[in-house]
Amino acid sequence: MAAWYDQLTGTLVHQGIPEGIAGALALLAGALVIALFAPLIALVLIWILRKVISRMQDRIGPNRVGRFGLLQTLADALKLVSKETITPSRADFIAYNLAPILSVFGIIMLFAVLPVTRGYVGADLNVGVLYIVALGSIGIMAALMAGWGSNNKYALLSGFRVVAQLLSYEIPLVLSMLAVVLVAGTMRLSALAEAQGHFLGLGWYVFIMPGAALIFFVCSLAESEQTPFDLLEAESELIAGFHIEYSGMRFAMFFLAQFLNAFVLAAVAAVLFLGGWQGPGVNLPGIGPLLGAGYLVGKTFLVYLLQIWVRGTFPRLRVDQMMSFCWKLLVPLTVGLVAWQMVVQVLPWPTVAIHAAILVGNVVVIAIALVAIGRALQQDMIRTKRAFEPTSLIGTMTPAGEN
Amino acid sequence: MPELPVHIPIPTVQQAVFGAVALMTAVAGITVVVARNLFYSALALVATLFGVAGIYVLLEAEFLAITQILVYVGAIATLITFAIMLTKGLMFGTNSPNSPHIFTVLSIALLLFLIVAGVVDRVPWAVSDDLAIPEGTFESMIADLGWEFVTTYGVALELIGLLLLIALVGAVLLARDDE
Repeated sequence: MAAWYDQLTGTLVHQGIPEGIAGALALLAGALVIALFAPLIALVLIWILRKVISRMQDRIGPNRVGRFGLLQTLADALKLVSKETITPSRADFIAYNLAPILSVFGIIMLFAVLPVTRGYVGADLNVGVLYIVALGSIGIMAALMAGWGSNNKYALLSGFRVVAQLLSYEIPLVLSMLAVVLVAGTMRLSALAEAQGHFLGLGWYVFIMPGAALIFFVCSLAESEQTPFDLLEAESELIAGFHIEYSGMRFAMFFLAQFLNAFVLAAVAAVLFLGGWQGPGVNLPGIGPLLGAGYLVGKTFLVYLLQIWVRGTFPRLRVDQMMSFCWKLLVPLTVGLVAWQMVVQVLPWPTVAIHAAILVGNVVVIAIALVAIGRALQQDMIRTKRAFEPTSLIGTMTPAGEN
Repeated sequence: MPELPVHIPIPTVQQAVFGAVALMTAVAGITVVVARNLFYSALALVATLFGVAGIYVLLEAEFLAITQILVYVGAIATLITFAIMLTKGLMFGTNSPNSPHIFTVLSIALLLFLIVAGVVDRVPWAVSDDLAIPEGTFESMIADLGWEFVTTYGVALELIGLLLLIALVGAVLLARDDE
């Protein structure tokens, strides 16, 4: 069991509480901390998103409620709580009401396996990486239930898109995580963070596996339904997506789940590729663990800012582009990457040579991805140009759609 | 402390949790069969699979539990739900047809239950005297599992892979539009 559990139980037993009850109390306290931390961090996350996006779009953003608009999100949350929750008359009772709860539940469960600092992890599962992947399916089910249960055709269409997108992008996501697991030889997240402690805590996996890190980042954007993969709530096509019929607190829960999903995937990226709590000085006595927690939070927010940067920069993909990008590019690339790693890692070479070979494979993967995306964009541009320029059709006698 | 007139067995925490999980699994499993709406059946199937995963967790088989959720809930149940959604007219209303063979099916289910119950009852299950699990057992367990898959059971694994590939190609062939 983790260090926090032993400490807390020890303190309680010292106070004269029986050991069984003390253990249960400690577990309850741990669960409460995680469950309360999540909504609080969401307030900060939403504020950061609004401020950064505003600056990118040459606006100021929220600046009226509190200093720098810091209390704006709190005001919005209070407004949502006080709103009436409306249920469509022909909505399915179970599916409609269970969906928002499940969507938040699936995400908050993820916080349990994040290693905050050495010895401080909610539940140190030996299958931590698989656990993260498995819980993603709860989010899919929640979106599906919301889409079907609301008795609204836009919500249902969005539900279809959710399944198609999340199931597809789960495959490269899992394979890019497998790349890390192959090198580290463990699926325990605390052990993964521990394994990246070389070179003063800077032996991060992103330096030998930039390709896998990039693929993980792209897939985490898709999994948390962010631009350029926010087809699920494409306002011009689907109005608001699978949560169109939700209002008040139920809508707030979907909103919360989305932001927490982005944050937790950023934290997983930080643990898998950026060394988690590793950094210079984490081995110091006393201040070390605190420094480690600070490093993890800093790295997580760094990845989160990257996500916002993408969100503020890229246009939305079309459905067919989204699917072919995953199945025709990401899946073959990640399968190739993992196969290359498997071959390289059983060769009787020194570790440095193996890591160098893995790095070469990753660089090749990034190069292939860039070339393929560039060519696809070029073709798309030519096609669009042909479709909109009637002069190019004169004399050719072929309709715009062909070739 | 005064002697209680009757001995009431107080369940341990593990027994209580097992009872709750098993009850949930059984209720959800029955719901899968008797629900008149196919979408409810699919949702109940998800609950059943989660319950089975919970029992695996109680047996300290975390890897099995997570794999169960990953494969059955994450992939198969979602695909079943998706198929139900895409099938016209299946989704709304209570139109899940009654089977005319209900007694045949019931007797087969009863027979299967008797066989399984008999096996569970008769087989002398080996119980280790030492219940304490040494540190690092689980990591080596997963590693052993992987090693066995590519050495002892390599042929079986390849055959299963081939079977899945054939199923995939067959599905594509069936779903393809005629030219």
